[in-house]
Formats: sequence, C-alpha cells, structure tokens
Amino acid sequence: MSLLKVENLSKHFGSLIAVDTVSMTVEPGELRAVIGPNGAGKTTFFNMISGFLTQTSGKIVFDGEDISDLSPARRVWRGIARTFQITEVFPELSVRENLRIAVETASGLRLSPWLSAERDKEIRARIDELLGMGGLSGKANRLVGEMSHGDQRACEIMMALALKPRLLLLDEPTAGMGDQETYDITQLIRRLHRDEKLTIVLIEHDMRVVFHLADRILVLAEGKMLAEGTPQEIASNEAVQAAYLGKAAA
Amino acid sequence: MNTEVFNKQAANVLVWLLLLAMPYWLPAIGGYIELGTRVVVLGLAAMALNLLLGYTGVLSFGHAAYFGLGAYGAGMTVRYLVPSTGLGLLVGTVVGAVAGAIIGPMIIRLRGVYFAMVTIAFAQVFYFIAFRWSTVTGGDDGLTGWTRQPLHLGFTTIDILHNPTAFYYLVFVVFAVAIAIMAWLLRSPFGRTLLAIRENERRARFLGIPVDQHIWISWTISCAFASLAGALYAYVNNFVDPRALYWTQSGDFVIMAVLGGMRSFWGPLIGAAIFVTLQDYVSSQTENWMSFVGLFFVLVVLFFPRGILGMIRRKVAS
Repeated sequence: MSLLKVENLSKHFGSLIAVDTVSMTVEPGELRAVIGPNGAGKTTFFNMISGFLTQTSGKIVFDGEDISDLSPARRVWRGIARTFQITEVFPELSVRENLRIAVETASGLRLSPWLSAERDKEIRARIDELLGMGGLSGKANRLVGEMSHGDQRACEIMMALALKPRLLLLDEPTAGMGDQETYDITQLIRRLHRDEKLTIVLIEHDMRVVFHLADRILVLAEGKMLAEGTPQEIASNEAVQAAYLGKAAA
Repeated sequence: MNTEVFNKQAANVLVWLLLLAMPYWLPAIGGYIELGTRVVVLGLAAMALNLLLGYTGVLSFGHAAYFGLGAYGAGMTVRYLVPSTGLGLLVGTVVGAVAGAIIGPMIIRLRGVYFAMVTIAFAQVFYFIAFRWSTVTGGDDGLTGWTRQPLHLGFTTIDILHNPTAFYYLVFVVFAVAIAIMAWLLRSPFGRTLLAIRENERRARFLGIPVDQHIWISWTISCAFASLAGALYAYVNNFVDPRALYWTQSGDFVIMAVLGGMRSFWGPLIGAAIFVTLQDYVSSQTENWMSFVGLFFVLVVLFFPRGILGMIRRKVAS
C-alpha cells in the first residue's frame, strides 16, 4: 500500500490559485523530490500535507487514513515530520536541549511533570545517537541560534528524526547554503534514505541535489502538475525544460 | 561541577538564606518585617505571572483578576464562612484557579497584543463586579470587619495577627512550597514544552506539541499561584478592596517581572523587592512615587533589557 496518497489537492488564496488539483502517490521507502520554478506552489503543497495550511479541496490519505482535517500535532503523532524552508529551531536553547524536547515529546512525555532516572538515561542515549547521526556531537552544548546555517539545519533535521517519522518532509534542505554545507546535508539525507529506509519527500532548487538523491520527481508549475517520473524522464521532458527556461509551457 | 551550575546553585542558596533570615536582617538595615512580607507575597504573584510570561512567552495583562479573586476568596471565607486561615488560602486559590481554567479556553488561541487586551478585559469584568456588588464585597470601601485568624496546628496555636515574625514565616512556608512546585515543573518534560513554545511556536507545533492545550495548562497553573498570592495579600492587609483586581495591579506584576528579569527564575522576586521598597520609601517622600518607579523602570528596560538579575548574571558570567 502507498504510504502517502494526495488526491486532487487545491489551495485558493482569494482569487489566486496557488495549487491546482495536484495528485501524488509516495511508496514506502521512496525518496520523492518536488521541483518547479519560483511560485509554482511547492511550499503551499507541502504545507497542506503537514497541516500547516488547510486545503480548499482534495484529500490527503496517509497509510490508509484520511488525515485531511487533522491538526499538525495529530499528523505528527501519526508519523509525519517536517522541516521548514527557513530553519525553525529553538534558538536560545542548546542543541542537546533542542533534541531533548523532540525526543521527550516523541516518547509521549510532553505532559509529564517528572522523569524517572531510568527514562532519563534512555532519553540521553537517544539524544547522543541523534547527535552522532547529524554530526553534531562536538557541538551539543552550543546554543543553536549561534551556530552556522548548515549546523542549524542539521539540528532541525535531527529534531524531525527524533520523532521517528514514517514520512519526512524536507522543504529546501539546502537553501542558502555553501557548497560544502550542501554536500554535507545531501550526504545526510542520502544516509537517512539508504540506511534508515526513511520515506522522504523534499522540495529542492539545487538540481544537482535532486538528480543525485531522488527516486522520482514531481514537477509543479503555476500550481499545476507539469510532469512526474524518474530523474531521467524528467531531464528529457520538453515541457519541464520549457518551464525552467522561462518560456510558456505550451 | 561547571561554573555555571555552581553559580546557579550558589544563587539559590543565597536567595533561600536571605528569605529565611529576613526578620533578622531587614530591621537591622532600616526596613521592617511587614515590608519583607509584602515583597514575598507580591514576588510570588510576579513569579506566577512569569511562568507564563518568561517561560511560555505569553503576556497576560490581566493577572490582577486571579490575584484579586484569591484575595476576595480568602477574605470572604474568613469573613462569612469559617474563621480559618488555611481554608481561606485554599478557597482563594481554588476560586482563582477555576476562574482561570474556565476563561482559558476562550483566550488561548489569541496571541500577543490580542491576548493581553482580552486578559485585561476579563480582569475589568471582575473589578466592576467587586466594585458594584457592595452588599457582599463591600464595594469601593473594601471587605472589612475581619482579620487573619490564629493558625491552629493541632499541638499548638500560633497568633499570626499580632506577631509579624510568625506571620512572615507562614507566608514564607507557603511561598517556598509554591516556588518549589514551579521550579519542579519547569525542570520537567512538560516545563520544557513551555520553553519550546516560547522559543518557537511553529517548531513546537510540528514536534507534535498541541500548543493551545499546553498554554492553557501553563495559564491555569499561573492563575492558581497568582490567586494563592492574592489570598496571602488579603491576610497581609486584613482587608480586600477592588484595587486588587484593577488593571494597574496587573501592570505592576508585569513591571516587577520585567524589572527583575523575566528570563531569570528569581528575577520577578528581585523586581518585586525593588518595586515594593521604592514604593514604600518614595511614597513617604512624595505622592508622585509612581513617576519615580516609572523612570527607574524605563532606565532599566533601556540599559538592561534582561532586567536587573539578567544584568547581574551577565556580569558574573563574564
């Protein structure tokens, strides 16, 4: 069964149609990229899947369940985690504290007024594991707000990962990064996909990253679905080339 | 132990020692015990507000409502129902906490200035009820005709009415229990979700924290402790009047928290100490004491945006 099934999803802002009847099916273990020129509606599409925005029409089915009307928190509980185009972290807390909040919430402790020593030990172990995976072990006690953009992004991805998601949504994970940082984040995503068998959907502008990582690509333009296929199919698709060269798709 | 943890522990020990020994050193430097009692009571209210303001990132400008409900709850219990100090405290706290819990769901979806405005509006409703319903509340003249009652402990009875030291220690014990609960909560997983909401509401939401629910809990706990402080405040004065519910009282709590440092656990207590002391000394010199407090507040906010305690902490750290 498909893990995520988006059916004819639309979002209207007044008279502006940001996303127009887009459908997408993601299989378990797949790494899907969503690309398109600026203003194509990629982030709006993402925001509807994660529950940040409510769709005007259409349906989102996750693991056989219709989640179209669930709050963001409830979608997280069902296994959907996301990052944002502009990194969203807890800037005045350390990396360790950032991860701790994510790990504790994922462990169902969000309302707990205490923590047993035993449980605390498990949580510490999990934090250390995540620190290692994100290459942040040496920076655990730094305030996140004082770190480089790349490290902040790594921390954000690790927080999403702390939730043990079944679907990870990454909104432009390499946006605004230098070559080295882009490379590091790309390697990290690749590891998550290959080794952890995570199902990932990502929006990305950097075509090197997209063609390097993606199993399948969905192309949006002006809110509409323009093409869908493997990286090879997309690379040779004339409509896609036209859209990216700025010509009318027709 | 690293220096930061050591400094924190040292500061805790210092604060508790100073509070514990207050009746001995305060008169020696020219103060008096009732002044110390007021500081601790208003400090508790400011710290209760700060659970919301400094640790959840939500500004309530209407905490006088719960402070005042606590005060009337305690005063009216002693005046009309049972002459019991303990029961008065309990009723005052429960009344304020329940009011907060009921009002909470109507306001927790609001943010920023809208939240602040609506909290003021609710507080004013309570103010006018207390003001107008004079047959029960005493109206503008206040709730009189009662005093705080001796404390019955079973094996002994303590006269807290005529013995200011004994009354101070009652207040201190209540304060200590309340503060210990708040400190405990802030160090718990639940407390950390509040920090998460303060730091970045969007991230908190997408970690699976139902933000509105957590703000409601934080709000209700904050209201409960503010009411407890209000109940104690009624005992401090042996009197309650509608000014305990007035919006300027809410403003005073915000000023105390910001003055002392809202990102520091003890900041609001320091703020209350400065506020109450300034009020006491300056108001004996001039009727316009509030302009001096206001000027002091402006200077602190301009030059030490993290409050007095925030400034001291930075000095110690560097």
